[in-house]
Amino acid sequence: MCRIGAVKSKKRMHPSIALKLMQSQQEGHDDSGFAFVMQDLGGIFENYKELPLLSMAATVEGTRLAEDILREIGFSRVMQWSPEINNQKGLKIEAMPNYIFEVLQYPRSFKHATKQEKEELLIDTAIKIRKTLEEAKAGYIYSFWPDVLTLKEIGSPKDIGIYFNLWEGNADLTAGIITAQCRQNTNYDIVRYAAHPFFLEGYTGLANGENTFFEKNRDYQQKLYKGYIGFESDSQCLLYTLHYIRKILKWPLKYFKHTITPLSYDEITTRKDREILLRIKASLANLEINGPNTFLAVTPEKELLCVCDSKKLRPVVIGKNKDTVIMTSEVAGLNDIMPERDADIYPNERETIIVKDDLTIERWLQ
Amino acid sequence: MASINVNELQKSDLPWIIEYDESKCIQCGKCTAACSFNAISPCVEFRKSNSINSPDRKFEKVLVIKQNISLDNYCRGCGMCSNVCPNGAIKAVRNKDDKYSVAYRAQKADSFKKGGRSNLNTEGRTLDKIKIGRISQMTDPSLDAQRHTFELRTPFGRVLKADKLNFDTCGEVLYETTSLPPVSWIYPIIFGDMSIGAVSWRMWEAVAIATAYLNEVMGIPVRMCTGEGGIPTKLLKSRYAKYMILQIASGHFGWNRILKAMPDMTEDPAGIIIKIGQGAKPGDGGLLQASKVARYVQEIRGVPKADLLSPPTHQGLYSIEESVQKMFLSMNAAFNFKVPVAVKVAASVTSVSVYNNLLRDPYNIVGGFFLDGLAAGTGAAHEISLNHTGHPITSKLRDCYLTAVKQGRQGEIPLFAGGGLGQTGSFAADAFKLICLGANGVFTGSMLLETAGCVGSDTGKCNACNTGLCPAGIAAQNDNLVKRLDVDKVAQNIVNYILATDIELKKLMAPIGCSSLPIGRSDALITVDKHISNRLDIQYAC
Ligand code: SF4
Ligand code: SF4
Repeated sequence: MCRIGAVKSKKRMHPSIALKLMQSQQEGHDDSGFAFVMQDLGGIFENYKELPLLSMAATVEGTRLAEDILREIGFSRVMQWSPEINNQKGLKIEAMPNYIFEVLQYPRSFKHATKQEKEELLIDTAIKIRKTLEEAKAGYIYSFWPDVLTLKEIGSPKDIGIYFNLWEGNADLTAGIITAQCRQNTNYDIVRYAAHPFFLEGYTGLANGENTFFEKNRDYQQKLYKGYIGFESDSQCLLYTLHYIRKILKWPLKYFKHTITPLSYDEITTRKDREILLRIKASLANLEINGPNTFLAVTPEKELLCVCDSKKLRPVVIGKNKDTVIMTSEVAGLNDIMPERDADIYPNERETIIVKDDLTIERWLQ
Repeated sequence: MASINVNELQKSDLPWIIEYDESKCIQCGKCTAACSFNAISPCVEFRKSNSINSPDRKFEKVLVIKQNISLDNYCRGCGMCSNVCPNGAIKAVRNKDDKYSVAYRAQKADSFKKGGRSNLNTEGRTLDKIKIGRISQMTDPSLDAQRHTFELRTPFGRVLKADKLNFDTCGEVLYETTSLPPVSWIYPIIFGDMSIGAVSWRMWEAVAIATAYLNEVMGIPVRMCTGEGGIPTKLLKSRYAKYMILQIASGHFGWNRILKAMPDMTEDPAGIIIKIGQGAKPGDGGLLQASKVARYVQEIRGVPKADLLSPPTHQGLYSIEESVQKMFLSMNAAFNFKVPVAVKVAASVTSVSVYNNLLRDPYNIVGGFFLDGLAAGTGAAHEISLNHTGHPITSKLRDCYLTAVKQGRQGEIPLFAGGGLGQTGSFAADAFKLICLGANGVFTGSMLLETAGCVGSDTGKCNACNTGLCPAGIAAQNDNLVKRLDVDKVAQNIVNYILATDIELKKLMAPIGCSSLPIGRSDALITVDKHISNRLDIQYAC
């Protein structure tokens, strides 16, 4: 099992909070990696919110290949940040030669482009870089999107923290939303792309689960949208479904739960909205999930979301105080970093929990 | 010297030889009465009664049971005679050296016809070489077949891609803006299409009763397909019509009455199946021999007593586009586009192209694809078709599913597979494996016959369904034989069998961690056969 967490706060936070959140849950993961996504950035990225930020780990060759692609398309570098590396002896980490966090300006021809055109350019570029890096075995691109920074690494979360100097707070690197995972990747190879959280066009997703409908989901999603690639983890499917419901179909968020864990036919037929729900159950049958899962997500509206499988086979708890909400696998994590808080929420199998941008928590019953 | 006519039919040419023990026989006559094929007769033997060494020649007459040596009245090995004999004095024994089929053709200059299924069995059973090998443990725990809830329902009807549903939003709520093709949610087992005529009215009624009971009392939404032979008008006008899928085939038998009854129907039927082909004898039309066209069959079908042949093709339909436009559209229109219209074809090398064409039909009016494999049974066929034409179901079903996957269209036209399921005694396992390979559900006729007491086998036992002399009263139309079948008992057996199958399906869903049907979950399957692994794209294990 992996351990996951999502923190959203009115105050900007440093990723050390994610490390601490995960530390007390370490019995539940295997020390095989640590990854986080920061959104709604502060610190040195505060003034570049509209511009795409590239998060990448690559060899020297990979870095050059990516830079070539970006230059060719017409992107120009605005700002670059490199983590301060502490390469002390004995750390359990499989570090890459370069970690690139780079803010870019859109090509000149995109000066009057619509938001949609810009987004299209970003996804196409990200796919191109990913393909090139994969072919050259020269690195990994994790996100290429405004106001989003991603880091993933293989090794012990504690040592990864030391290596990137993440244990100490630092006002330069902060965000309003941080999602993180310590992982135990029992099913698949330990590869960086398999580490949660996953990011696609404004949507971030991470899961503690085993999606037994992975093959069904993957077979269907592969043909749904060009951005649905990789499938190194069965949890990516959940993110892609969220993206499909919201960004492609433009359906209200509540239909995400109806898609991944549809109600039984008998339950649906007692409801007023049965026509719609039965259509969704049939048309999106291939996006249903099965098996134990807790899924956390961040939407472009800067909301947090939490849903569970239809039998609630995986743990999750949500804690809140006046300026922060935390969703995480075990209450031990909450106790550690937020000892003083309101009553915790343990969502049930039919709920969707939404944390609005102003931190109000909504509990929607499916 | 006695003359031997080697060109006449001999007892040793027959497929079954009767072994009769005169010392046990009490001459009750039950065996001859029980034999519907008139394959045995009482007769008198003239025997020397005193010692063979005695010079006196004394004779006696002894009443014995003798096997008839005839191309028409010959023993089918059905076993009814031994079933009724109080002393076990008679039994039929398989003749390994039988020459019957040669003799039949040599003497009748006609192709040999039979019922049941192919008896060649050259293919072996792919499904038996597949196991459910991905068992959830630890990280994704197995479910508990007894404690957890499972949903065994599949859509039946044309399913549109989500972006074609044309939903609109009003606030946070979706609503429909266009009328969409009808889709119902049914149990993944459909009772196969056996017509009134092919089976006796008692058998047909038993299946209909079981269907209604399963739906109304047990809450298991199975559907029954009428077969090409119509449906009793009373049933059609009743509320039970909603469980019945009406079939139309190239002979259009029974549709005169259906059309007349339509204005008085109180419920829409569960669906329509347009039968194009049949797995047991693809490329061949339907065949109901005159001996089975009983009076009520004539009435329901509106035909005289004669051999009833459905042409191999629907007259006037020459292309898929044309079929879709003419026949499917009119069937859809007949019930106001409120009833799913499906098609049944024989598995064939060309099935994938047919499926593809239907997937691409812009009118979205085909709501199900029934694929019938070569191990399927039939009421009557030329033996040559039964034994030598057709295509196994498993790879063809898989091909159809994968061609849909390739286009991102899996599930749009639900796939139903049939033909010889449960042949080796594990109907639920066969159904489950086909579902994992991509079927939405399965259909079966032979399982129903088995539960009703059919004595036939895949190795030449009985298979006389074409004769109207079915010893179990299943495929018979003769009143005395039909009475052998206890309608209530058969209905009860079918219900019980489905209840058992339901438990067994859950017993297979639970360990792979699925609470809904694992349609297309081929990752759950393994095979110990390398060729099968390659062909079906499932994991090889050894
Ligand atoms: S086995 Fe059947 S067909 Fe043969 S003699 Fe006995 S009853 Fe007749
Ligand atoms: S018992 Fe009846 S249904 Fe079964 S094989 Fe014999 S004739 Fe056919």
